[in-house]
Amino acid sequence: MAEPVSFWAMGGYASYVWSAYGIAAVVIVANIAVPFVRHRALLRRIRREEFIDD
Amino acid sequence: MTSVFSAVLQRDLTVALRQRGTLVHHLMFFVLVVALFPLGTNTDGTVLVAVAPALIWMGVLLSVLLSLNDLFKADHEYGMLTQYLIADEPLAIIVAAKVLAYWLTSGAIFVITGPVLVLMLGVPVAALPVMIAALALGTPVLAMIGAIGSALTLSLPRAGLLLSLLIFPLYVPVLIFGAGAMRAAIVGLPVAGALYVLGALCLLAVTLAPWVIAAALRVGLDT
Amino acid sequence: MTGTGFKRWFHRFGSLPYFYDVSARWAVWLAVPAVVLIGYALVAGLFVVPPDYQQGDVFRIIYIHVPSAWLSLFGYTAMAVAGVVALVWRLKIAEIFIVAAAPVGASFTFLALVTGAIWGEPTWGTYWVWDARLTSELILLFLYLGVIALHQAIESPRTAARACALLSIVGVINVPIIHYSVVWWTTLHQGSTVSLTGGSKMDADMLWPLLAGALGFTFLFGWLTLWGMRVQLLWRERRSRWVMKRITHG
Repeated sequence: MAEPVSFWAMGGYASYVWSAYGIAAVVIVANIAVPFVRHRALLRRIRREEFIDD
Repeated sequence: MTSVFSAVLQRDLTVALRQRGTLVHHLMFFVLVVALFPLGTNTDGTVLVAVAPALIWMGVLLSVLLSLNDLFKADHEYGMLTQYLIADEPLAIIVAAKVLAYWLTSGAIFVITGPVLVLMLGVPVAALPVMIAALALGTPVLAMIGAIGSALTLSLPRAGLLLSLLIFPLYVPVLIFGAGAMRAAIVGLPVAGALYVLGALCLLAVTLAPWVIAAALRVGLDT
Repeated sequence: MTGTGFKRWFHRFGSLPYFYDVSARWAVWLAVPAVVLIGYALVAGLFVVPPDYQQGDVFRIIYIHVPSAWLSLFGYTAMAVAGVVALVWRLKIAEIFIVAAAPVGASFTFLALVTGAIWGEPTWGTYWVWDARLTSELILLFLYLGVIALHQAIESPRTAARACALLSIVGVINVPIIHYSVVWWTTLHQGSTVSLTGGSKMDADMLWPLLAGALGFTFLFGWLTLWGMRVQLLWRERRSRWVMKRITHG
């Protein structure tokens, strides 16, 4: 196990490694959030009976 | 079956030759794309020769794309396409005849004007036969693949831009081997490999694509 | 499974209300392995595995780059397979799968490209090299975006999905041809290319987290696509009786 300080430093490559992992986190979270939010909004609209006769 | 093929081919060729204006526009577009490019750089011969193959092929890709937009449009508007769909003959045969007619007119433009344009760019005359062969083998693939996209976007009002998004990625192999053969010919490297691959791509496209185009038309017209 | 049993299962699977109900349960069985495997890959990849003797710590990008690149190919192939099912058997679930998988696949293709570029800077000295694999990946992203654009352009959801099915089949036939031609292009005109994992042979310690990451990403893809499918399905069926029953009175 690496020391905490040297772990975050990534042997001098911190900006590369953490930006890559950061972008991956953003992409994955966005992929989870978008269907979740859309599903909730859609359920709300169906409950409000917005689609009954249009 | 062959009679339908030749009937559609003849009809489309006749229509294309009657609408000579469209053919001239097609030709002018191709010439303009290639002729304006040097104005954006300088008259340094080495630069122009180096980019000539890419430039010619980009001109071909763009003008094929623009003209393919209308490949099925007139037939769709006048109801011919519905006739084709319910005809006894396989739709693929009819579609193959249509694409062949399109290629005979547009491909001729590239094969005739292409050599003149590359000579203006400083490409040696010795490279011309390879260039014509590459164009002759590559443009049927472009027409076939493009027709798939054209069929898929048939009923959309402004399909031009979308069509380019769909089919440009699929044009990559033709661009690479077509321009690659020309570059090899210019510097005197062997060209047979690239031409063989283009020939294989051509065979693949000509045998498979008509069936896909037919399926795409059925999907696009929702039948 | 017997022929009739399979047929019955096939039809039940094709039934949208049934799918909407059971997919909520399936989602858990995809999410749990995804979290466990990706968690293991991250912990092992970031803490346990020693730095590469040539590249140092920057090689740790591999644990997202390679799984993303794997997923980009897996996703597109899955879309094409679903495309065949959608066109031949007219199964609605397969149509919905293509529509839901395309944005997920595209975002992981994007991730593979971006992480590849970030990795390239310290290794190659530049963010972008016209390397065969990076270039093919870029074209693959364009193929994904084409499917998404086509889907957005066509109004009728069924026609749109069937058009996307056909396009992804054409695309998947082209993927190996594109890759082969790009490889030919780079070897002929660029000399030798530096490969990402260049030279260093992979150790088992390094390999296991990588495989776990790839498998975990695959489960993640399944989970995300399943949720996308549920939303798509609900939107398509928003006017149908069963949706009303389930949501309004459920």
